[in-house]
Amino acid sequence: MKGALRFLVPLAIFFTLVGFLAVGLRLDPREVPSPLIDKPAPDFALTRLDAPAQTLRRADMLGKVWMLNVWASWCEACRDEHPYLVEFAKTRAVPIYGLDYKDQVEPARQWLAERGNPYEASLFDGNGRVGIDFGVYGVPETFVIDKQGVIRFKQIGALTPQVLADKVLPLLRKLNG
Amino acid sequence: MVEATLPRRAGLRAGLLTAAALLAGVPPALAAGGALGASAAASASASAAATVPFQPPVAVPTAADPALEARMLAITGELRCLVCQNQTIADSHADLAVDLRQQVREQIKGGMSDEQIRRYMTDRYGDFVLYRPPLKPTTLVLWLGPGLLLVLALILLTVVIARRAKLADDRFEPDPVLDDDADDAPRAPGADLSARPGASA
Repeated sequence: MKGALRFLVPLAIFFTLVGFLAVGLRLDPREVPSPLIDKPAPDFALTRLDAPAQTLRRADMLGKVWMLNVWASWCEACRDEHPYLVEFAKTRAVPIYGLDYKDQVEPARQWLAERGNPYEASLFDGNGRVGIDFGVYGVPETFVIDKQGVIRFKQIGALTPQVLADKVLPLLRKLNG
Repeated sequence: MVEATLPRRAGLRAGLLTAAALLAGVPPALAAGGALGASAAASASASAAATVPFQPPVAVPTAADPALEARMLAITGELRCLVCQNQTIADSHADLAVDLRQQVREQIKGGMSDEQIRRYMTDRYGDFVLYRPPLKPTTLVLWLGPGLLLVLALILLTVVIARRAKLADDRFEPDPVLDDDADDAPRAPGADLSARPGASA
């Protein structure tokens, strides 16, 4: 019995370590849990990309569930995400607003003209200040904001049809129901 | 970079001395000139360096307000950059870090305390940005874990030593006989040395 323990204990420790490492491999260190979830969305007042004379504010959005998608014409991953957004916008599940983050007006407009525009409007955040308030650090990012202006969901990195179907749609049903 | 205009060794030394001189408040040109002289005496390769005109460093930040810059660096040096996660916001060249440094400069000018600025960052990015995580229920394991492990290890060590001290001598394997050839396998005392192939008369 004692002899067996001599081998079983190190073996158990070894497999415990392997277990920790296996879990660690699956964790994505880039996915930092946002402290903004279930907090009021930060205040903003930004001009529209398509109509610089018009300003959109946080208060204008109250009373409806909406999605904020942070994008930029320089963002590689946004290119992969964009077709899914265009498809998703066609379902009319939720009004999608864009936050054009640290971009320039002309390339951004051209980008939308080439790839299709899924957004009700894109807010132009040229200096990235509103992006910072939303804790943006990896474009694309997507937020779902409820009728009270509270952030209920955040996706860091590109949306996929799977995320939309498994996470976003159920949440939208809950928030609108 | 100033190193590019100098031979490798001299450049490295000059760079280090320049950094040291900046900290000490000595004009960098003086300190680096001294380094050139020193390395010229020390190595032949540096003799070429004497013919290269020394150029003053250009990469030194020319902050309008050194005190503000120092305080900004002190704060951002404790904050993790979200984009390159192993760098501080003070170190990182990521776009976001540049923006955040500017943000901190403006916040200092606006009269915010260090605590308020840290708060501003954690409100947006969570405790993850703090290189010194706060002590709270979710971080107790993090803070106390290493100490607990140390105490556990010490207890275990004491118990093992105390047990072994009580054991009779015949419970242990005999110590190997040590002689000059410490790397040899232990062998019985009095073994014939001359029988081994490596040994010579």
